[in-house]
This record gives sequence, C-alpha cells and structure tokens, in this order.
Amino acid sequence: MSFTEQPSYAARAVDYLFVGFLFVAALGSLYWASQAVDAVLGFHAIVFAIAFYLALFVVGKQLVTGKGYRRPQSDELVYNDEIVKAGTIASTFWAIVGLLVGLIIALQLAFPVLNFDVAWLSFGRLRPVHTSGVIFAFGGNVLLATSFYVVQRTSKARLAGHYAPWFVFWGFQLFLVVAASGYVLGVTQSKEYAEPEWYADLWLTVVWVVYLLVFLGTLWKRKEPHIYVANWFFLSFIVTVAMLHIVNNLTMPVSLMGGKSYILFAGVQDALTQWWYAHNAVGFFLTAGFLGIMYYFVPKRAERPVYSYRLSIVHFWSLIFIYIWAGPHHLHYTALPDWAQTLGMTFSVMLWMPSWGGMINGLMTLSGAWDKLRTDPVIRMMVVSVAFYGMSTFEGPVMSIKAVNSLSHYTDWTVGHTHSGALGWVGYISFGALYCLVPWLWKRKTLYSLQLVNAHFWISTIGIVLYITSMWVSGMMQGLMWRAYDSLGFLEYSFVETVEAMHPFYIIRALGGALYLVGTIIMAYNLWQTAQGNVRQKEAATLLGNTAPAAA
Amino acid sequence: MADNQKEIDEHSGVDTTGHEWDGIKELNNPLPKWWVYTFYITCIWAVLYWIAMPAIPLASSYTKGVLGYSQRQVVADEIAAANAKKAVWADRLMSTPLEKVSDDPQLMTYVMSAAGTSFGDNCATCHGTGAQGSKGYPNLNDDDWLWGGTLEEIQTTIQYGIRSEHEETRYSEMPFFVKDGLLERDQVRALAEYVLALSGEDHDAALAASAAETYEFECASCHMEDGAGDIFVGAPNLKDKIWLHGEGRDAIIKNIGYMKAGVMPAWKDRLDEATIRSLAIYVHSLGGGQ
Repeated sequence: MSFTEQPSYAARAVDYLFVGFLFVAALGSLYWASQAVDAVLGFHAIVFAIAFYLALFVVGKQLVTGKGYRRPQSDELVYNDEIVKAGTIASTFWAIVGLLVGLIIALQLAFPVLNFDVAWLSFGRLRPVHTSGVIFAFGGNVLLATSFYVVQRTSKARLAGHYAPWFVFWGFQLFLVVAASGYVLGVTQSKEYAEPEWYADLWLTVVWVVYLLVFLGTLWKRKEPHIYVANWFFLSFIVTVAMLHIVNNLTMPVSLMGGKSYILFAGVQDALTQWWYAHNAVGFFLTAGFLGIMYYFVPKRAERPVYSYRLSIVHFWSLIFIYIWAGPHHLHYTALPDWAQTLGMTFSVMLWMPSWGGMINGLMTLSGAWDKLRTDPVIRMMVVSVAFYGMSTFEGPVMSIKAVNSLSHYTDWTVGHTHSGALGWVGYISFGALYCLVPWLWKRKTLYSLQLVNAHFWISTIGIVLYITSMWVSGMMQGLMWRAYDSLGFLEYSFVETVEAMHPFYIIRALGGALYLVGTIIMAYNLWQTAQGNVRQKEAATLLGNTAPAAA
Repeated sequence: MADNQKEIDEHSGVDTTGHEWDGIKELNNPLPKWWVYTFYITCIWAVLYWIAMPAIPLASSYTKGVLGYSQRQVVADEIAAANAKKAVWADRLMSTPLEKVSDDPQLMTYVMSAAGTSFGDNCATCHGTGAQGSKGYPNLNDDDWLWGGTLEEIQTTIQYGIRSEHEETRYSEMPFFVKDGLLERDQVRALAEYVLALSGEDHDAALAASAAETYEFECASCHMEDGAGDIFVGAPNLKDKIWLHGEGRDAIIKNIGYMKAGVMPAWKDRLDEATIRSLAIYVHSLGGGQ
C-alpha cells in the first residue's frame, strides 16, 4: 500500500481547525477547573484538560513534523483497521470492568456488609458504574468497533475522516471515564441509564455527532450501489441515540461552574421522557445496533447468504416505527394517564413480530450450515445469542401486558428479563463478533484456541441460566408476596420479609454472574494470545489443518 | 442491482437478490406466512384494545373506550371495598377498651393480623423483625420499659414518639456530664463503678463507694436512689443488666460523659387509630406487657 504525504488543502484545513479546537478546549478546561465551585467538577475539568493536552501533543506533533501524517492515496482502498483494533481492545477491557462491578453489586445485595460503609463503594454509586460499564462502555465500544469495520467492508470505502474516527473513539472513552468516576464520587442526575451530569452529556453529544458524520461520510463514499442492511441498523442506532440522549438530558445547570443541573420536565412528564429514553436505549442501542452486528457477522462466519431480503426490510421498518412508542409500558399503574399506558402496552405487543423478524433472519441464515454449530463454537455462541434475543423479545411484550406487569413490575423478574437480553443476546453476539474480528484484524490464520471458546461458551451459558432462573423465581415470589392479603384484608408479608426471602436467590445470581465473568476473562486471554499470533499447541494440528474462516 | 448477478443458491434452490457486499449475498425468500399473520393479529388486537380501552389523546381529554375503564376508579373502588371490609373490625376495636380486647379471640385475630404487617413495615426497621431491638433500639420482648409497659403507656409512646417533633412527645435528656464539664473524668470513672455495683456486675468496691455521693447528687433524682429508674421521666433502670447503649465499663463511662439519646417518630398522623391500637396490643403481647 502506498501513502501520500500531501493531503488536500481541505483536509489540512480540517486538521488545523481540530488543533485549534483542542487548544481552546484545553485552555478552557483549565480555566473551568480554576473556577469550579465543587470539587468533583474541578476534578473532571482537570481530566478534560489532561485529555485535550495529550491529544494536542499527539496531533500537533504529527502536523508539525509531518511524521505519521500519512494517509492513503484517494484512488487506493486501504481500510482503517487501527481504529477497529482499538475498539476491540477497549470492548474487552470494559467488559471485564463492567461485569466485575456487576458481580460486586450482586454480592452487595446478598451480603450488605460488602458495602463496607464507604460511600464510594456503596451499592447506589456502583450500580450505575455497572450498568453504564456494560451497556455504554462494553456495548458502546463493540458497536463503535463493529460499525466502523462493517461500514468500510460493505461500502468498499475507507472510513471517512483522518482524525475524526479517533476523536470519536477517544472522546467516547473520555466520556466513560468522566461518567464512571463521577458516579463513584456521587455525581448523578438520578435518571436511570442517563446518570451523568450536564457537562458529560454535552461532551457525549459532540462525540456522537462526529460519530454520525464519520458514519454518513463513509456511506457517502461507498462504491456499492446499495446500503447493506447492517448499516441501516447501525445508522438508525446512531441517529436515534442522538435524539434520545439530547431530549432526555435537557437540563439547566445551576451554575456553569458547578456539576448540578435540573431537568426541564417535571413530574410524570419527566418520568415519561426518561422511560421513552431508556426503553429506546434498549431498542436502538441494544437491539438495532446489535442486529447490525448480527446481519454482518452471522452470514460472514456461516458463509451463507442472508435468509430473506424482504424480511430484513419489513422487520427493520416495522421495528423502528413501533419501538419508539412502547416506552410507557415502564410506567404501568402510575400517575401516567390511562391512554398513554394503553399506547405503551399495545405497541409493545405489536413489536413482537418485528423483533422476531431479526431472529428468523439470523437463524435461517444458517440453513445449509447447521453442521457448523457442532464444529464452530463461535457460530454456536452467535446462534444462542439469537435464540436469547428471540426469548427476550417475546418475554418483553408479555411483561408489557398490564395484567402481567402488575405482578412483574419492580420485581427481580425485570432484572432477569434485562439480563437474558444483556448476557444472552448483547453479550454473546458481541463475543461472537470479537472472536471473528481479532484474527481478521491482526491477520492471524486462526484463533489461539477453539477449545477455550468452547469453555467460555459453556461456563457463561451455565452462568446465564443460573442468573435468569434465580431472578425469575425470586421476582415472581417477590411479586406474589407483595400482593398476598390475608382473609381480613391485611398484607400477608411486610416488605422486609420479602427481602429476606430473596436472599438465597441473590447468592445464586451472584454465582451466575461470577461464571459469566470467568468466561469473559477466558475470552480476553484467548483474544490476547490470538493477537500475539500464538496457536495453542494441543490444537495446532486441527486449527491450522482446517480451513480457517476466510480473512476479510 | 443488475439482474445478471442473480443466481440460484445451491442449498435452498432460492434465487438471490443479486446484491453482494463483502461476499454476503441475500436470498429472495418471501416473508414467512406465520410471521405475517401473527403480526396482523397483534395489530388487530391492538385496534380492538384501543376501541375498548382509554386510548386516543384529544385536546384536553382522551377517548375513554367502550368499557369505560379508569385505573384511578378501579384503585379507589378497591381501597373502598377493602376499608369497608375492615371497618367492621376496626369499629369493634375502637369501641372495645384496650385491656378488654384480649378477651375477644376473634378481635385478637384481627389485631394480630393488622399489627403483624404494620410492625414489619413501620417498626422493624429499628426494633428488628422479631422486636428484639439492637444497640440504641429497645428490645420490646422483655419487661424493661423506659416509658412504661401498660397498654395505655405503650399506645401513648407509639402515638407521640420519643423526642419526636410532635408537641405531645415524650422527652427526657440526660446531661452530657463530661462534654458539658459537669463532672471530672475521675468522678465519671468512679460513677461507672457505682453503676456496675448497682447491677451486681464486677466492680471496684472502693471506687464505687467513693462515687455514692456523686450518684445521689447527680443521678438519683431520675434513676432513683436504688437505680430502679423512673418511667415517668423515661429514666432507665440501672439494676436489670439491660443496657440500651452498650454494656460494660467503657460503654457506661462513655454514656455518662456523652449520652446518646434515640428518637422514635410520632405515628399518630401516619397510621390510623385502629392500627396504632393494634400495634400497642401487639407489642404488649410480645412478652413484657404490664
């Protein structure tokens, strides 16, 4: 491959504008730190300043020396795989962090003494570290890595922008660090899955808009006549998350030099906005985005065509049209007006088939390649992922029906439902994609070990089963105990008795989570060895003898 | 999409769309029939639901649906029905003198049912699920009562609380003898031996004797000469080896010097009268009622 030393003037102008931005942002952050009225904001301003100075140093050095300032000639197609590599490393790192914190808080629920009476380690502060850690840090990085990989390959175009993709990557990591450290230090705007305060939200908005531009720019440059279905899903994910994030975080800071802000909406309107956001974070971040991953990696790994083009169109449009209305089902039997509850429930039920369209396309793509379930544990992981997707997207509509919801709401059943989707669907499709990507990106013939993939699969599957069954039993028991009345019309159980009854299930849940974490650590080891170019001695003959999945 | 790129997939015999991205092709399979029909059924069901139930927002109201369902009305009706069911018993409880309730086994069933859950939700947080208490929170199973253990006295305590914000609350305050400089540390150490002696614990007899005068002067007015305490001012009994704020020499020294006083909220305006009466009878029945 050859590179040019002389980029266009337009590209240069953008680069210098970027340096200017970094310069102003770095100085601004320092000023901000000096004026901060609370310690945490001061700390975060310094974190921002350090990040901007580091970026300024790296980018500035490249521009001044001209070294490393090399980009492919425009007539030659060289994919930007470095950014995807960074994404896979970040995904693996954050997976372990997020799952570890999840295990800690699961143990805290079973054994409250593990809060150690230290505010920083308390359940209330660590819980958002877990949720943001697995959803945004792990899931988000997987989506960054895979969307950047897939959009390039299926558009036959290099990723748009020179520094822009790196700005998205490092900007996102900066957001994650500010968010997570903020939670531990007690910063929250008390919105589930949207806990970071206004300044982190604003930063994420900037990063996200650049992400959208990079993605659109790449699609714009594409050499293929059509846009592949995976990219429809990625694009809907990026656009909708931007909209959700902005609307749900319309807050007014008390002071520009302080961390605290107040949300624009009040009472039930705030609640509805919050759950419109959170529900569609599930719909567009955790469903649409990961369907994008499925639509590329499943056919690619199985080496089979996608089952039905028509189904992909119909289920895509029905999914995104219907999903956006289903949020009110999180607020059944609350102050939310009856009509809005009806809306949420009926759209959730109509959502069942559009969701399953993705499952059908995922599973049926394997027809003609079912034997690979036996021989390729990576395919097995992705197939089980799609099966969990089907199960959770059936369970969701069922739980949205008001009669069912009156039992399930506020109980551990919801937690079990979330985790069958998160551990089974999101986790497994991500692991499948990572197992595909690492050998492709590092140009290795094969994974370090398929037996370790197999071990990962079985250990974490047992973990998922323990997790979701314990939460089903615990949740239904909890719901039934809450609604039990004696013959005189009094509650049968006090709240504390219901908590006591859940204790054994909390222990089983923590065990399930621990197994899932162990599986992920095995994966991290396997991927590390693969990137190093090692092949496990015992399996060398089989792995190198067979035809490895074709490098893309 | 150029037609000449269309091909027949060998395995399924279905033709492809002719698109190809990075080696990925698409089959031209139709939508599965069962999928389409199930989708239609859910949509039809949704429309029927919209007709039957509150559904469509209007300018300042919304369509109520042919069933006329209202969540708020349902809850109001259910609460009214439950209250009506309970009212018979609540009335009987309110019209029966407290001490006579235990003579009526049916009424006692009601009382225990009402108080059992109410205790768990309101009292157990501090007093424990078994009313066993813990350091700083009195055990309600024993016969050691700070403010009296008769039915009436327990009811009063529940109604108004201890050191609560209610104006009728029961209030007592032991001075901070060290913090406020009322006693020297040596005197407190001697006094602690005296208190240990009162309850028959191991103590330094000489030191204890030296504190007799201090006790009489500073403590006896509330805790009484013999240390039996006084429920009228909420002064604990020092002879019964029950130590609310920790037992042993060190704890006693600390408590004389820097007394901690607990707070119990007033429940009068939070719980209805029948529930408070039930709770009083319940607590009384735990074993130590007088």
